[in-house]
Formats: sequence, structure tokens, C-alpha cells
Amino acid sequence: MSNSANHGFVPIEALTNSTARPYWRNLADRDAAFTPEEPEQFSEEGVAISEASRRRFLSLMAGSLALAGLTGCTRQPVETIMPYVEPPENVIPGKPKYYATAAPVNGIAEGVIVESHLGRPTKVEGNPDHPANFGASSVHSQACLMDLYDPDRSKDILNLGVGQSWDAFQIAWEKAIAPVAARHGAGFRILTETVVSPTLGAQIQAVLKKYPAAQWHQYDPAGPHSARAAAMATFGRPVNTYYKFDSADVVVSLDADFLACGRASTRYARDFSLRRRRNGRTDMNRLYVIESTMTATGGKADHRLPLRYSEIERFAAELAAALGVPGSSSQNYQFWTSRLARDLQAHKGACVIIPGEHQSPAVHSLAHAMNAALGNTGKTVIYTEPLEVQPVDQIASLRQLARDMNAGQVEVLLILGGNPVYNAPADFDFAQGLERVKMSIHAGLHFDETSLKTTWHIPETHFLEDWGDARAFDGTISIIQPLIQPLYDGAHSQLQILDAILQFPGRTSYEIVRAYWSAQSGNKDFEQWWRKSVHDGLIANSALPPVNAAPKSAAPAAASAAPAVELLEISFRPDVYMYDGRYANNMWLQELPHPMTKLTWDNAIYLSPKTAARLHFDNQQHVELSLNGRSVWGSVWILPGQPDNSVAVELGWGRWHSGRAGNGAGFNAYLLRTSDALWAANGVQFKKLDTPYPLATTQMQQYMEGRKVVIENTVDYYKKHPNFVADTQYEPKENLTLYPHWDYRGYAWALSIDLTACVNCQACVIACQAENNIPVVGKEQVLARRAMHWLRIDTYYKGVPGEPTAYYCPVPCMQCENAPCELVCPVQATNHSSEGLNDMVYNRCIGTRYCSNNCPWKVRRFNFFLFQDWTTETWKLQRNPDVSVRSRGVMEKCTYCVQRIREAEIRAEVEDRYVRDGEIQTACQQACPTQAIVFGDKNNPDNRVSKLKAENLNYHMYAELNTRPRTSYLAELRNPNPEFLS
Amino acid sequence: MTVEERAPIEERQRHADRGLDPNNPLRVVAPSTTFETVSEQISSIVLTRKVPLFWWCAFGFGVFLLIWFIIAITWLLAKGVGIWGIEIPNAWGFAITNFVWWIGIGHAGTLISAFLLLLRQTWRNSINRFAEAMTIFAVMCAGMFPLFHLGRAWIFYWILPYPNTMTAQPNFRSPLVWDVFAVSTYFTISLLFWYLGMVPDLATLRDRATSRFKKGVYGIMSFGWRGASHHWKYHQSACLLLAGLATPLVLSVHTVVSFDFTIAILPGWHSTIFPPYFVAGAIYSGFAMVLALCIPIRAVYGLHNLITVRHLNNCAKLMLATGLVLAYTYAIEPFTSWYGGSEFELALVHNRAVGPQAWAYWLVILLNVVIPQALWFYKVRTRPVPLFLVSCVVLVGMWVERYMIIVVSLGRDFLPSSWANFVATFWDNATLYGSVGLFITLFMLFVRYLPMISMAEVRELLPFSRPGGGTEK
Repeated sequence: MSNSANHGFVPIEALTNSTARPYWRNLADRDAAFTPEEPEQFSEEGVAISEASRRRFLSLMAGSLALAGLTGCTRQPVETIMPYVEPPENVIPGKPKYYATAAPVNGIAEGVIVESHLGRPTKVEGNPDHPANFGASSVHSQACLMDLYDPDRSKDILNLGVGQSWDAFQIAWEKAIAPVAARHGAGFRILTETVVSPTLGAQIQAVLKKYPAAQWHQYDPAGPHSARAAAMATFGRPVNTYYKFDSADVVVSLDADFLACGRASTRYARDFSLRRRRNGRTDMNRLYVIESTMTATGGKADHRLPLRYSEIERFAAELAAALGVPGSSSQNYQFWTSRLARDLQAHKGACVIIPGEHQSPAVHSLAHAMNAALGNTGKTVIYTEPLEVQPVDQIASLRQLARDMNAGQVEVLLILGGNPVYNAPADFDFAQGLERVKMSIHAGLHFDETSLKTTWHIPETHFLEDWGDARAFDGTISIIQPLIQPLYDGAHSQLQILDAILQFPGRTSYEIVRAYWSAQSGNKDFEQWWRKSVHDGLIANSALPPVNAAPKSAAPAAASAAPAVELLEISFRPDVYMYDGRYANNMWLQELPHPMTKLTWDNAIYLSPKTAARLHFDNQQHVELSLNGRSVWGSVWILPGQPDNSVAVELGWGRWHSGRAGNGAGFNAYLLRTSDALWAANGVQFKKLDTPYPLATTQMQQYMEGRKVVIENTVDYYKKHPNFVADTQYEPKENLTLYPHWDYRGYAWALSIDLTACVNCQACVIACQAENNIPVVGKEQVLARRAMHWLRIDTYYKGVPGEPTAYYCPVPCMQCENAPCELVCPVQATNHSSEGLNDMVYNRCIGTRYCSNNCPWKVRRFNFFLFQDWTTETWKLQRNPDVSVRSRGVMEKCTYCVQRIREAEIRAEVEDRYVRDGEIQTACQQACPTQAIVFGDKNNPDNRVSKLKAENLNYHMYAELNTRPRTSYLAELRNPNPEFLS
Repeated sequence: MTVEERAPIEERQRHADRGLDPNNPLRVVAPSTTFETVSEQISSIVLTRKVPLFWWCAFGFGVFLLIWFIIAITWLLAKGVGIWGIEIPNAWGFAITNFVWWIGIGHAGTLISAFLLLLRQTWRNSINRFAEAMTIFAVMCAGMFPLFHLGRAWIFYWILPYPNTMTAQPNFRSPLVWDVFAVSTYFTISLLFWYLGMVPDLATLRDRATSRFKKGVYGIMSFGWRGASHHWKYHQSACLLLAGLATPLVLSVHTVVSFDFTIAILPGWHSTIFPPYFVAGAIYSGFAMVLALCIPIRAVYGLHNLITVRHLNNCAKLMLATGLVLAYTYAIEPFTSWYGGSEFELALVHNRAVGPQAWAYWLVILLNVVIPQALWFYKVRTRPVPLFLVSCVVLVGMWVERYMIIVVSLGRDFLPSSWANFVATFWDNATLYGSVGLFITLFMLFVRYLPMISMAEVRELLPFSRPGGGTEK
């Protein structure tokens, strides 16, 4: 290295070192002598240190420290991180994507659009093109995310509690099935829920073909057993019935809660409310409800008659007789039936008589006969081929399985979904029988009561995790596409399990569904058909065509004699939210207040005020309820509108192995339910218990105290006095203030809620919870009145406690222009936006709670503890990234979904235009089946919300307080039959 | 014939036994009192006399409760305000009730020390010191509650206007911000006034101290007071100035506290009568606390010659007067509701009287209106035991009154669907009684280590300090 020689510096070491060569013979030799062995060692920088210059030292130290820091920057975290090396196409972080799929609700499909943030499904909305909901959604499809992300879902394949691999299962299967296969499958049984998936049906058929002696059982504890039995009796075949409420002027519900729960209720509620508001709300349909407990539909009725379960059959028979259909000649309900018959006959072909799914087959048969006599068939009542792949008498089917199991005739039992150990009729001894089965396999989302008793458990994929298909109420088929890879490796779909049985090693669900439809579609361009069907969320024109069905036999003879009144009658019905118990571990549904009682986390024993007084029960009295020697413990809830001398209980509670939320919530009414009395029984007995068991309700006070909360009147009164609402209102003039007037120049966001339309289905409440990351607080905190729902539906009763009228009032934030909350916040954590929103700045909030005290509607919710779960990983996936996750000590409230507003405003600004009407839908509005909630800019008079606010029925709740709410209500109208008043 | 002369023989004898003038027990200072005896009597409590068993018991009790207070606050900070019974709609519960109660109690001290000073009510001289101490400790207890009732107490200072990087300022329209100013001003002025008044007495303690350590401590605390005439001159004018500053606070602080409620639109809170109502209530409860403190201490330390029947009588009369103001307010509230005709106000009156928490209303009427009518009787006003009992009744009554105003109004406001009854938890009670413990502990430390009666000011009352040599009547 010649350079080092050139600058003439000779290191001391070089000169004194004995190994160096101080002598040279020629210049080249000399250069070589002074060429260091390791050139870098003597480079300028290296040498400079020995110069010991303070400046050099400091600069080098600084440099090396900085470099050390840089190496720190390149350190990788110890945990596994996911490099985003190859970003998926078209994914922009922060921009959600939407996919159409279908959610199984009440055993049938509901079309949904799922919002996905970077591959995480975060919110479910209705599919606007799907006939089951037309864009709205039910509580169950809204809440399905809690099932997907449930941390208690089963994660591993288990054999007698020991984790196993999929391969190990298949080996075990081969071993167990070999002797059975030799007998053509005798001793091999499959138990499923009601199967409405064509692919799954085909698979089961294929399995049955492979094992001809095997049997397929179906059991759905809350399925339409009566409807099937009645269809067989009336038409001789198991037709599917659905109703078109949009063309029904008169609706008679015989114990059917068709607006708020049950099959197709989302669509029914929509159609019903459309018909209820025709011609500027002056042309209303009329709803008569005869029911055995107080339901959301009953509360909406223009005339409601509470009758015990068994009396409804007699009522139907009398009504049938009044309509000229063979029925009953007795005249116990003549006041009602005569008037009802006249009203129905005046609307032939434009009325509906709908029997409750849990009513007796006789009521269903009578309803078919009456609908036929009224000429409704094909107009408002549509019959189609059944939705099920194979309709069977499920009770008989399960009874046979239980009997065979107990007789030791079942060797291999494959249970796909369902939870029969928990919900089989109490007289079947299903659990004991299961213990005699050599190899029993249960596939389910949870390791539940049935999994505990089976030898094998296979975790099932959630419908958002794997492919599938299902039919909707009218037969429309949706292909279910997954939004996310299965969260747990052990999870398999029912399709995969059956496929593995058919052929080793089995295909993926995608292959199975696609193969089935490529054979079925009959379309030349299958790929295009497939893409369109998956994209749209439904297969075009796949609805089942109406069939001609005429009652072939006369209605059955009059019902049996009335039971003695002293005997208490009990009726069972699937829970509005828990359904048959499958949603027990869904915390959103657990904490969703029951529509009529506002109870959370529990079911209750419903008694009428009179019966409770007769039995000397206070509300929430803890009792032992026994029926034929079987008993359960529960608390009494005095329910206005419950028929006297009757008890109503809801199924689906009292699970003991469902997970952290469902275990121990409520009591298990299945313990009382036997196969001969599926829906009602007689002779209930009570025993008071000393241990108190409090029930957690979110609304302590269900009477309006004469206050103008819900303003209502009849449609006839409205026609005569169109301004009756304004006459009851006093709104102070706007200039009664010293403050200058504020002009909202840009947008002025506002909300209108139509009380006539609201049916109290609570879909909005849970949609709000899902959209806004609202925490679940648990029963103890609900008892302490700290439930966090930003939006609630208040249920009020009016009139005689035995036969009350119910009113529903959704209460979000009123977004007052003169907001009382803003004034009193000491740190300006709640402020008014230029668009009229009452904004809440969580980060600024110090938690004085003064704003809540000053809110007349008490819509503000406070994080008294750390309510939000900050640790459970799966729940983090669900959270909406557009909404802050609130911490302890902070106030929160409805924001009108400000994140959606901002998103639309930004989009509009980029496109240089105003936000269009309807472009922003609040979460509650989007979910609402009846379109009771309309959001928009009230500065533009052409907007829907402005038009609604200009209507005569518009009012502000407590306008006299002069808070100038942006949320306004449309007074409720009802359409009572004038004949009933005479 | 004066009222006093009508007193029965036994009572005259009792007064005489306690060194009082049996013919005129209402004299501000007992006849035998001299400069020397005053200094000796007061300073010996701190310096030489054996600490009485009463002190140990009271201090121990106070510390026991204080420990609970510390536990309760620790748990509160660890878990959140949810450990209390507050909920929606009752978002305020015991904490704000306690705050208003404590701050009200403080008012009597300021009234005695400042207001009465300006009014030349010389009888105040012998009770103003501990009344003022009571004020300071009560405000300290009061201040705990708005601080710890916050959901996020650790950022309480956001309520203060200070320059910060967020450029965020408090909302000056909020009465809670006014509260911060009112209470902090009140505390500052009270503390200064109290301490300044104590400086000459601290010098006396320094001079009489029995050990070097005590001498040093009291010496530092007395700021080199030598009793020079210019010291006295400046001291007097400083005291007068502070009294002038403190006097309006008697009226303003509780007025501002009442704004916490009146500014809100809640029925039961939104009322123009609240400022005088709250001030009267504050003085009412404050005098009750003064009596509840001074009666046992007077007995234990034998201070009958300095805290005479005159003091008891005067305090009782003030209680009676302010109690009547309260009674008037209680009567006028239903009237204005009826006259105003608002359905919400009418419902509130109904709810208070027969609602689920009607016990609170009727307890208030009983404790604050009915029982204190006993104060019309001279015998009740001048006898320590009945007066002590009435004072305790009023203290409890005033707490329940604040509870009624806050909780009973919140529980049933506009929208029936949100109605609910407040249920206190263990931790609610722990903080309430714990704060009493804090107060007792501080007060007992004050009694033990500081001159609880102003020696300097009592000396002013004696004949020798007056130009004519006449005794203060």
C-alpha cells in the first residue's frame, strides 16, 4: 500500500518490531518493508486514535455510538412477525373490502355483506340483493362475529380429551368403520341439524349410498316441527310456507312473533312496515296478535289478545268457523272472532293468518285452511317445495336414534353440529344412549355438552372461515364464501368431514362446493356463473317456485276440552337471541336486552301480574319450577301481557359447557321439555326458594309516567287532526338566548326515527355495538346499571297490566344543538362540531361524569372499570380500526357513526362533490329491517331526513327543554278496528 | 331580671364550679382570667400537660378510619370508580355528597374568624382558631373527593388553565372549573389567615418551650416574632386584610359549589334558590361541627373559662337562624315547582316525598328542621350535652340533605326508562368514614401540637388590654 508510505509516518511498532525489516536494498524493497501486513490496521483512521486528539476521540466516540444505535434499529423483535413482502393485490390498509356471503340464521340462510379490514372480518351487514333481508340484518347475523372470534371455540381435534391430529382421526375412523362397512353400514348413524345446504345434502346422500344400511337422523330443537306436521296433514306433502306482508292489509298472528324472531323475520318486518306506511302513512295495515306471551310483535299489534297456549287452538277453531271453514262451534271468543272474521273477509286475498312456529300442528292446519278460504294462497301466502334436503319428522327421527343407541345398535355415530345432549327432549335419555356408542364423533364450533359425551370431537369451521351453501326462506341459494382462513388448524367443515369419510384423504370445502355446483349449475360458462354467484352472494333465480297447494282434508276436529284453569300451563319457545342455545357463548347476544323485559344474561319464568299476585310472588322471586317430576330453578319475571294462569319460559339457556359467557347463564328449560309436549304442557308447580337470584335488566321503569316520551295516536285521528303532534309540543323560540345564532352552513347531520316502523328487533343495538367497539360488561355490571350500549330501545307499557299496549322507543344520542352535556364538561372533552355533531374526545376526558348527569336522555355511557377486553387476542381481531377502543374512566356515547361520516366526506371531497343522500348510513340504520332510522343532511331539503322532519308527525322528545335535538321522532300511529271500540 | 338570673341554683353552682361567673355565665371570658393564666392554660396543653386519654382514643380512632381511607383510595385508583355504587343515571353519588358536605362545614370557621372579626364580634376570639383549623381540615377532606371521583384522577390537572403542548384549555363555562378556583382560593386564604393569626402564639410556645427541639421548631414556625409594637401593627392590618378577603368567600364559595347543580338542567338541581340555600346550609352544618368539636374538647381540656356558655349560646343561635333559612327553602321548593308548573319539577317533589328514596327527604326534614327547633330553648342552647346531640343531628341531616339533592334528583330525571335507585357499596362508606378519619386525625394533631385557642386574641378581651380597663361583656 503505497499511500501509507507516502505520508511519511512511520509507526513506532514498525520500527521496534523485530519481525519488521528495517533494511532495504532497493526502493521496491523499502516499500515492501513498510507495507503493513494488515493494511486496514494502519489506515488513516486507525492511526488517528493514537494521536489521542480530544476532538478526534469525541468524534469517533460519537460516530461509533451512533452506529451502535443504528444496529439497534435493525434488530428484529423476538416474536414472529409477518413481513408484508408481497402485499395482496388491491389491498390498501385502512380501506376495508366487502364480500358477499350468507349467514345461517335460525337454520336457514340470510344474505350478508362482510366488511374486511386487512383480512379480518369486522362487521356484518345485510346483502341488499338478498331476498331474506334486502340490506338489513338480524341480530344473529350481526352477532356472528362474536362466534367467529369467540376465544372459547374449540381449537383441537380431541379423542377422549386428548389432542389428536386429523390423520389420527382418519385412522381411527377407518378402524371403527371397517366392521360396520362389512355390514353395509348397519350401526352407522349420522345426526345432523336441519340440512338446507344442497352440497351437504348431496354429501350425506353419497355417504348413505356408500353405506346403504346406515341411517341419517335430523334434529333441530327449535325447528318448524309443527309446520311440517301440519303440511303433511293438510297437503299431504311437506311444503314450505312463507308470507308476503307487503300486500297484506290485515294480518292475524296466531302466536307468531314474526316481526322480531323466527325464520325470515328480517324480511317480514321490512314488508310489514312498508305496508304500514303506505300513502303518507294514511293507509295502514292492521295487525291482530293472539299470543301466549308478550312478544315484540304483540307489542306492535293494533289489537292484542293474550291467550294461553292451549286456548289459541280453540280460538283458531272458532275463527275458522266464523270464516266458514270447518272449525269449532263453541263461542268463547265471539267478540273477537266475529269482528276479526268481518275484517278478514273484507280483505280477501290481501290478508294473512300466520301461525306461530311453536304452535300446535292443528293451529297450522287451521291457518292453512283459513288462508285458503280467504283466497290468500298464492297472493300473500306462498307455498313452495321444502327448503330441507330431506324433510323428516325430526322428533321421531331422534327418538329412533335414542332408542337404537340405548339398545346398543349404534356403533358409529357422526353428529354434525347441534348439541343433542343439551337440547334433546328430556324423555329420550340421549346422553345415556350416547355412552353405549363405540365411536361417537361430534363436530361443532365449541367443545360443548355433547362433545363431553362423545369419544371424538372435531372443531368445526365458522361459516366465515370456510366454503358452503344454504337456502333462504324462499329457497334462494347462497354460496357461502369464507372471509378468513380458519383461525384454528384443527377446524374442519362438515363438508370436509363427510368427504374424508367418502374418500381418503378428502377434498377442501372449496373443491367440494365447486364440484357440486359445476355439476348442478348446468351453465355452459361455469366459471362466469360461479364468479357471479359468489360475488353476488346468491345464485340468481334460485328461489323455489310457488307450488299449488290446496288443503286436501278438512281441518282437524275441534280442539280438546279446555284444561282446568287452576292448572298452570307452561309454554316453551326458543329464545329470541339464544335461539336453541347455540348462541349461549355469544357475549353480545347475552348482553342484548330482551325486547320486552330488557333482561340480559338470563331467561326468566314469565308470569302475568295477576297470576304472580295469586301465587304471592314478587318480581324476581327465585322459585323451583316443576313439571311431571322434573324441575328447574329460575327467577320469576312479572310480564305485563302474559296470559293469566300461564307460564312462559325460553329455551336455550342454562348451558353448563358452552364457555365463559354462557356457562350458568339462565336455567335450562329443556330439562322440562318432553317429546310429547314440545311446546306446551300443563300442571306446573312452584316452590319458593330462599336463595335470591337477581335478574339483570337494563330498564327498571317500563311505564312512561304520563310523560310525552312516545307520542302516539290512531291513524283515523291523524287523518282528522294532521297537526295533533305539534299541538302537544312546546318548543321555545330559537332566539330566546343571549348567544348569537349559529348558522350550520355545510352539512347538518340529523337522524329521524319512525316509531310506527320500529318493531323492537334490536338489530340496531347490536349493529351499533359491532361497529363502535362497544364493550360487554357482564351480568354483575348490568345489575349495577352500567351496560354500555350506545343505542338502546326503550320498551314501555301502557294501559291495564294484564292487557297492555307496548311502545318501543330507540334512544341514540340526540346530538342536541344546545347540548347540556357540552356546557358542563370542565375540560372541553365534549364539543360541538361545525356540522352539529356532539363530539366526544375520549383522550381529553378525565371522567367527571357531569355530562351524563346533565343529559336528559341519559344516553352517555361511562367506563366505570376497564370494561373493554384489552388482552384476549381473538377479540382484538374483531375491532373496527376506525373507532377508538376506550379505556377506563372515560365517557362515551353515540357519535352518529362519525367514522362513516368522515369517510364519506373525504370521498366526496376527493371527487369534488357533496355527500349524496343515503351515501352515509349509520350502523343502526343499515341494520334496521324496517327502515325506521334515516340519517342525512338536514340542510338539504331534498334529503330523505329533511322530508321526514318536515312531516306532521315529526317531534323532538322533550322539546320544551330547548336542547334542539338533531334526533327526532315520528309519532307512532296505530290502526285499531273501529268495531272493537263499539 | 335577665335570663341568666332565672337560672336555677344547681346550674349557677355548676357554672361557678367551672370558674364561670354564676351571675353571668354568658361573659365571653370567665372573670378570673388574666394574661398569665391564658398563656399558661393554652400553652400547657401543647407543652407540659400530660396528653389526656381522650386524645389518644380520638387520635387512634381517627387513624383507624384514615387507614381505611387510604385503602379505599388505593383500591379506587387500582380498579376504577366502579367500586362505588355510582352508575348511569346516578353518575354522582357519595363522593360529591361528601365534597359538598365537607366544604360546607368549613364555612363556619371562615365566618367566625373573618366575618365576625370585621363585625367586631369579639366573642369569636376564643373559638376562631380551632374553627379556622376545622375549616382548613374540612376543605382538605372536601378537596379529596372531586379529585378522586374522576374516572382518570391522574390527569386531574387538565382542569387547570396552564400552558400545554395540546393547547387545550379548560371550559370556563363549566361550574366545575369555577369550583376549582373557588375551592383553591378558599383554601389558600384560609390557610394564610389561620397561620398568620397563629404566629404570635407560636412565638409564645417558642418562649415557653421545654426542650431545644420544640424551641427550634416553634421558633422556625413563628418567623422570628418578637412582639414588637410594629410587629403587632403589621400583624393587625394583615389580619384585617385577609379577613376582608376571606369574608366574601363565606358567601361565594358555596354559591359556586351550588352552581355545580344549578347550572345543570336536572330537576332538583336547576334552581335559582340554591346559592343562598347552600350558603345557609353550609353555615348551619359548619356551626354544628364547631359545637360538636368544641363541646368535648372544652370538657376534656377544661376550657370553660375561655369557651363560655356565651359561645355555645351564640353558635346555637346562628344554627337556629340558618336552620330556619333552610326550612324556608324546603318549604319554598315545592311551592316554586307547583307555581312553575313543569311536570318534571312536580314529579321531583313527588319523588322526594313518596318515591323509593323518600326516607332521605323525611330524614332531612326531621334532622334539619324538626329536631333543631329545640334550639329555641335557652336550656338546650346553653347545656353542652343537648347542644352536642343537636349538632350531631344537624351534621348527619346536612349530609343526608346533600345526598337527597344529588342522588334522589339524579335517580329519576326526565326519561323514565333510565330511572334507577342508587345503592351505596362498602367502598362508598369506606371513603365517607375514611374522610372523617382524615379530619379527626388532622384535628387531633392540631389540638396536640398547636395552640387551639388564640392566646393573643383572648388577651385582647381582658380588661388590661383595653383603654378603659372594662371587661368585655
